[in-house]
Amino acid sequence: MRGALRHPSLVLGLTASGLFAVLALVSLVWTPYAIADIDIGRRFLGPSLNHWFGTDNLGRDMVSLIMSGTLTSFVVAALAVGIGAGVGVPLGLAAAAWGGVVEWAVLRLSDFVFAFPAIIVAILITTLFGPSAINAILAIGIFNIPVFARVARGGALSIKTLDFVAAARLAGLGNWAIAFRHLLPNIASLIIVQGTIQLSLGILAEAGLSYIGLGTQPPATSLGLLLRDAQSLFLLHPSLSLVPGLAIVIIVVALNLAGDGLRDAIDPRLKQQGGTGVAS
Amino acid sequence: MSLLEVQNLAVRFGDHTAVADVSLTLERGERFGIIGESGSGKTLTALAITGLLPESAVMAGAIRIDDNPIPSDERAMARLRGKRIGIVFQEPMTALNPLMPIGEQIGEAIRLSDIGGVEHIELPLLLGEVGLENRHAQRFPHQLSGGQRQRAMIAMALASQPDILIADEPTSALDLITQRLVLDLIAELCTRRKMALLFISHDLKSVAALCSRVAVMHDGRFVEVGKTRTVFGEPREAYTKLLVAAAEFKTPLRDRQPIGETLLEVRGLTRDYRQGGLLFGRKKPLRAVDSVCFSIGQAESVALVGPSGCGKSTLARMIVGLDNASGGQMALSGQTYHGRDLPTGLRRDVSLVFQDPFGSFDPHLTIGQSLAEPLRLEQGLSLDQQNTRLIEAVQAVGLDPQMMGRHPHAFSGGQRQRLAIARALVTRPKLVVLDEPVSALDMSVRADVLALLAQLQAEFGLTYLIISHDLDMVRAIADRVMVMDAGKIVETGEPNQLFAAPQHALTRELVEARLPELV
Repeated sequence: MRGALRHPSLVLGLTASGLFAVLALVSLVWTPYAIADIDIGRRFLGPSLNHWFGTDNLGRDMVSLIMSGTLTSFVVAALAVGIGAGVGVPLGLAAAAWGGVVEWAVLRLSDFVFAFPAIIVAILITTLFGPSAINAILAIGIFNIPVFARVARGGALSIKTLDFVAAARLAGLGNWAIAFRHLLPNIASLIIVQGTIQLSLGILAEAGLSYIGLGTQPPATSLGLLLRDAQSLFLLHPSLSLVPGLAIVIIVVALNLAGDGLRDAIDPRLKQQGGTGVAS
Repeated sequence: MSLLEVQNLAVRFGDHTAVADVSLTLERGERFGIIGESGSGKTLTALAITGLLPESAVMAGAIRIDDNPIPSDERAMARLRGKRIGIVFQEPMTALNPLMPIGEQIGEAIRLSDIGGVEHIELPLLLGEVGLENRHAQRFPHQLSGGQRQRAMIAMALASQPDILIADEPTSALDLITQRLVLDLIAELCTRRKMALLFISHDLKSVAALCSRVAVMHDGRFVEVGKTRTVFGEPREAYTKLLVAAAEFKTPLRDRQPIGETLLEVRGLTRDYRQGGLLFGRKKPLRAVDSVCFSIGQAESVALVGPSGCGKSTLARMIVGLDNASGGQMALSGQTYHGRDLPTGLRRDVSLVFQDPFGSFDPHLTIGQSLAEPLRLEQGLSLDQQNTRLIEAVQAVGLDPQMMGRHPHAFSGGQRQRLAIARALVTRPKLVVLDEPVSALDMSVRADVLALLAQLQAEFGLTYLIISHDLDMVRAIADRVMVMDAGKIVETGEPNQLFAAPQHALTRELVEARLPELV
C-alpha cells in the first residue's frame, strides 16, 4: 500500500473511478427518482434541492439518469474488456508459446480485426440483429481482442526467453502448461494495466455507439444516450448535455490516470528502470 | 601532494549506508585497484569521485584533486571531469551512442577537452594508440566487436589527456582473450602517459596483474589496503583470505567412482540457423555446430571451452533436448535421439543448470513449486515421495528445506544457483549439463558452488558436461577438456596436458590470455 501512495495519479484515478463505480452500483437498488418516471409537468427544471442537476425533457431526474447511465456504460465496457481479454490473452499466449504458423495466424487475424473500428463492427451487427446494448458489448469486445492479443504476445515473448521457461520445457511441460503456469502470471500486470485503459476506451466507444443510436435503447439509459437525447436542446438547455458529457470526461480521465499509475506501480520492467541501478 | 585524495567518503541512500569511511590517495602514475563483490560499493566510490552519483544519494567526506576540493557545481565538475579524469565503463555498448560513428564520438571528446587539439590530427593518433585503425572511425558501435568498443571508450577517455583514468570493470563484459588484450592496453597506456589508474573489479587476477596497490572492499568499507603483493600474498583479514582462496579454485580431491562405460555419444551433430527472410534475401545458413563427435563416460566430467559465439550453448541445448539438430544424432544410454525427440523416459536422466541464477526461477512460484516441476517426469511418485525427493535435493545442496516456501527474490545469487542445482538433481539424473555454472556468481561464492558440484559428483556418481570459458575453473573440476571454435571441436585432452602443451591456435590463445597467478 505504501507503494501505491508513491503514485498520486494512481490514488486519484482509482478513487475517482471507484466513486463512479459505487454510484453506478447504488443505482441498481436505489436512485433518487425512478428513471422511467416520466412527468412532463416538471420538465426542464433547473438545479434545485429536489433535483440536483435538474430534470430532462421528459421530467426525469438527471442525477438518477446519470447514476443509471454510468452503470450501463461501466457494464458494457467491462463485459467488452472481459470478451477482449478472455479471447485475446489466450490467443496472444498461444502465439508466443507456439510461434511459427500459429503466431502468423494470430497476428494476421488481429491485423484484420484492427482494420475495422468498433463503430463499423457495431453497424454491421446492428444491421444484422438490430440495435441493443448486447450488440455494443459484442462490437467493442471484438475490437478489444487484438489489443489484448498483442499485449499478451509481446509480454510473453520477453518472458519466454528467460531460463525458467527452458527449465519448464526440460521438465516436460507442454506449450499450454508453460503458457498458463509461467507466462500468464508474469504478464498479469501488463494485462491489468491494459484492461484499465481498454475500460476507459470502452466507455467512450459505448457513448459513441449509443449516441448514434446503435447501442443502448430506451427505456434503459447510458451516458451516450443521454447526450443523444440532449443534443437537439443544447442551445436551450446546455446543462442537459454538459452533465453527462462531463461525467464521461471525468470517468475516462480517472480510468486513464489509474491505468498509468498502475503501470508505474506494478509493471516490473519500469520498476527496474526506475531503480537506482548503481549496485554493481 | 597527492593527485587524488579521498577522505572518509560516505554515500547514503536514505537510511541505507552504501559506502562508509573510505579513504584513499592516488599519486601521479600510480595504479590503485579496488576489489569488491557486487553491492560492495566499489562503483559508488568511483561515481562519487567523478561527481556522477545518482541524485538520491547523499555524499559526505572530502575528495581533493591536487589539493583542490572537487567542485559541487555541476558545470565546474563537468569541466574538471573533461580535463583531469578519464572514465571507462563496464558495458561499452550502452556507454556509446548507438546512432553516432565512434570517430565522431571520440572527436566530440577531443573538441570538449579544450586542450586545443585539432580533431583531424588527434583522432588518428588516438585510434592508433588504442589499437584501432582509421577505418574504424566511420563505424557505428554495433559494427564493432566488444573489445573494439571498449578500445573506442578508452580512446574517448584519453582524448582530454587526463591525469587519472578510472576504469570500472572494463573487461567483465569481454571474453577471455579480449580481456587480456584490453588489460594489457590499459597498462601500456598508463605507463606511456604516466596516468594514474583507479581500477575497479571483482576479479583478483586482473587487479593483481595491473595494480601496485589494492583495497579490498566489503559492505561499503575498505577491509584491507596495501601493496598488491602483500594483500594477496599474506592476507590478514578473513574476507581477503576467502577471496584469495576462491580465486585459486582449490577444490578438495574426493574419492570418485571410476569412469564407466559410455553414457552419451554424439555423432556428427550439426545445427544450421536459417538467415534472412522467408523467401527473399535468404543467405547461406549459419552453421552454429558443425559435425561434432564425442562421447562422455559414466561419472566423467568433461568441460567444453571456447570463445563466446562458438556454438557451445547450442550444442548443450541439443543434448538436453531443447533444440533440434539439423544433422547427425546423439545417443543417451544407447538410445538414439536428435534433440527435442528425446524420449520422455530418458528426459529424467538429463538435466541442465543455467548460467544466470536470476532468470532460472519463475518469480511468481515458490522455490518448492519450481523444484517440484521436473518431478512430473517421474511417473507414479506419491506426494510423500515427491516431498522426500525435494527435501533430499535441497539438503544435498546444503540449504534448509524450510526455505522452499519462499519466492526466488528472497535468495542471493549463490543460493539460487544452489537451488538451480537442486532442481537439476530431483529427478536423480545421470548426466548434468552445466552452462557456465559459476560465471554469474560472486568470487567468494564460486568456490563454494564448485566444491558442491565436486561433492555431489562423488556422492551420486554424476556425469558432468561443463560449459565454460574460464580455464582455471575447468582445470579445477574437469577430467577432460574439449576446445570448441566456430562450431567444431578442435582439440581434446586432459586439462593439465592441454594447457601445458596446447596444439590448436585457439587453445594457445586461450592459454596465453590467462592472467598470471596471484602471487
